[in-house]
Amino acid sequence: MSDHDYRPKSKVGQWFNDRLPLLTLANHLTDYPTPKNLNYWWTFGGILTFCLITQIVTGLTLAMHYIAHADMAFESVEHIMRDVNYGWLIRYIHANGASMFFLAVYIHIFRSLFYGSYKAPREIIWIIGIIIYLLMMAAAFMGYVLPWGQMSFWGATVITNLFSAIPLVGEGIVTWLWGGYSVDNPTLTRFFTLHYLIPFLILGLVVLHIWALHVPGNNNPVGIDIKKPSKDTVPFHPYIVIKDGFALLMFMIVFAFFVFYAPNILGHADNYIEANPMVTPAHIVPEWYLLPFYAILRSVPDKLLGVVAMLSAILILAVLPWLDTSKIRSAVFRPLYKQFYWILVADVLILGYVGAMPAEGLYLLIARVATAYYFLHFLVILPVLGFKEKTLPVPLSIAEPVLGGSPNLAAARNKESKIE
Amino acid sequence: MSEKKTKRRDFLFTATTAVGAVGAAAVVWPMIDQMNPDASVKALASTEVDVSSLTPGNTLTVLWRGKPVFIRRRTQEEIDEARAVKMEDLIHPEKDEDRAKNPEWLVMLGVCTHLGCVPLNDKGDYNGWFCPCHGSHYDTSGRIRKGPAPWNMEVPKYEFVDAKTIKIG
Repeated sequence: MSDHDYRPKSKVGQWFNDRLPLLTLANHLTDYPTPKNLNYWWTFGGILTFCLITQIVTGLTLAMHYIAHADMAFESVEHIMRDVNYGWLIRYIHANGASMFFLAVYIHIFRSLFYGSYKAPREIIWIIGIIIYLLMMAAAFMGYVLPWGQMSFWGATVITNLFSAIPLVGEGIVTWLWGGYSVDNPTLTRFFTLHYLIPFLILGLVVLHIWALHVPGNNNPVGIDIKKPSKDTVPFHPYIVIKDGFALLMFMIVFAFFVFYAPNILGHADNYIEANPMVTPAHIVPEWYLLPFYAILRSVPDKLLGVVAMLSAILILAVLPWLDTSKIRSAVFRPLYKQFYWILVADVLILGYVGAMPAEGLYLLIARVATAYYFLHFLVILPVLGFKEKTLPVPLSIAEPVLGGSPNLAAARNKESKIE
Repeated sequence: MSEKKTKRRDFLFTATTAVGAVGAAAVVWPMIDQMNPDASVKALASTEVDVSSLTPGNTLTVLWRGKPVFIRRRTQEEIDEARAVKMEDLIHPEKDEDRAKNPEWLVMLGVCTHLGCVPLNDKGDYNGWFCPCHGSHYDTSGRIRKGPAPWNMEVPKYEFVDAKTIKIG
């Protein structure tokens, strides 16, 4: 990193920067050497930042009209939809924005899994990412409760009841979470408070996430350590900024499609019925982005073990850097891992599908097999693969395969070192 | 440096930390306890229900503490079925005699003990209740027979105030 000796050109800039080195930070961010072979899967970090800011801005404006009270919440949401100027637009952006946020985060996570971005020295970036993901799920869940529809109410009831599985203190914890003997007004007001808070916690963690990223620098599709700056890198601005910007535009087209043409397709019709504690909807399902974990919960016939399995499925990701024993990062050079990776992707999609179906018959059987495989992947396949797999030769630099151009690796490496 | 001096410092350090921790806990507790049910929620502890219109084989659902309560006037068939069940066949063994003191009347929280949904009447494999959320089956005594729920539906404290009124809570 060449930015520590940065000096602003103007006198005023120098005066300011000597007192608060914000310009040094800005210079670091623009010059930041980035691997030149980053593909479009790497643009989702920027897209996720956009999603977070979108949620915060639309959330703030919605909060100006929303009323967090069990008697008025449902009506205030309808008031936003019908009376408030552009209220429908802001709410549809916020509601679909949550789905877009999760879409992007799943791509971001699976990119890490494919290219081994969670491995040393990037474990802390990964763990902060998992905490952000957990907070996102908490924020999304609580946000879904706020309109106080039937799905809001019963989703809140089911999820808070997960804590009642804890032996001895479970019931007490649930009563404490509710502030009563059922989900009711005290629950709604605290959920609103926390829903408002969490995005700012996420924002803080995003800063740490990027800070931790800028210490070792980006991983890349080849998955090797590179010299920075070198002919393997390009400055973040303008190269990555333009690429991220183009990807963001494509993403916004998808986003806009949902907002303007199918704003309710990802939601449930039941949530346009006001919450009724006397009647449970016939078929309770969470939002699509939580379905795989819901399928895991339901596939275990025991209440406590079901909850434990569901939480483990998420928390197991945090120890992934130590479960994957392979020294090679990128799946490009791991022929066996590459296949297991795609099986895992299919496994998670299958879990998501059966999570939306009734928990009976064939669906239940499929859910159980897929749940077992999910844990098998992380607890058995990944640790063993590191020892058994015959990996392909990894290039010394990003430029080598191109500049070398020879099937004779030794010759190519010679040539490489001469160029340097 | 003498031994004695180090020990004195250690003591001060430990004592300060301990007092600080007690002080912090004393401040944190009100912040945690404020989330527990408040006085106005606790005040709604009991409710009286007129059950004179209920005929055998029917269920009345009333709201108590924000939760539905099933009041079932059972038919002789249902009572016989519930009382004939062997204790070994139950996941959460409870005698029907203990759950329904007056066999004709079954009063219980209409809340599935799995994750809190409201089970449906006259459904499921045991002619009792069936929870649509995650598939728990309850018998005519509200006892869990099949599915992920760990316990029978809870029987709240209740009493007959007179021949046609039940007081719950």
